[in-house]
Amino acid sequence: MSTTAAASVDVPNRLGMHARPATILAETAGQYACAISVRRDDGGESVDAKSIMQLMMLAATQGTTLIIEASGDGAQDAVTRLVELVGDGFNE
Amino acid sequence: MKLLDIIVKDAVIPELASSTRDDAVAELIDALVAAGRVDPSNRDDFVKAVILRENKGSTGFGHGVAVPHVKHSSVTTMSVAVGNSGDGIDFKSLDRQPVHSIMLLLSPEDKPEDHLDAMEAIFGNLSQDTFRRFLRQATSPDDVITLLEEADATAR
Repeated sequence: MSTTAAASVDVPNRLGMHARPATILAETAGQYACAISVRRDDGGESVDAKSIMQLMMLAATQGTTLIIEASGDGAQDAVTRLVELVGDGFNE
Repeated sequence: MKLLDIIVKDAVIPELASSTRDDAVAELIDALVAAGRVDPSNRDDFVKAVILRENKGSTGFGHGVAVPHVKHSSVTTMSVAVGNSGDGIDFKSLDRQPVHSIMLLLSPEDKPEDHLDAMEAIFGNLSQDTFRRFLRQATSPDDVITLLEEADATAR
């Protein structure tokens, strides 16, 4: 059975999603089997949440709203966990 | 932001003399010193800061590229040095593969938006197979600059 989930979250930290937060996000996303994508709510392409390089292409500054979408096994768990991670400022 | 807005033409090294990560970082910062972008008195601090950052988590994000970087209060203009290594350098990359192309970025401390814009320009290109391949094959600074001009022309 395939499931999908989606949620939005604002980037709270002053430095935005720079390399270290992107690394943490990609590593966390990589723990899930489902496909996970991230996009800005103000337009632009969806990128693979498991790719640091693609996440850096979002140029997500403080206050940017990100939409996280997952499809497949564990989709809801993945979205919940990633929204929490971003919302907490990537534990920085 | 365009690549040629941030990449220092006089700090493009088609074949690095260095064979280790720390030496390569120093070689690229020396190139920025020689190009007048880094004050010689800050050289050692920058080398240390970049290596310290690298030790916290490798910027070898896979596919043979690395983007070591540091934000520093003495930096006023975003500056990028570029270096290639034919033999490859161990950057403790996430995919454990050697690094053949390095873009070293120095950013001002108080402009996080500019830093993220620069990263977007850099990774928008480094994430493309063809760009990585042409960069790695470049044998002269002019080759690299021509590639950057073409990349900037097609960037959105």
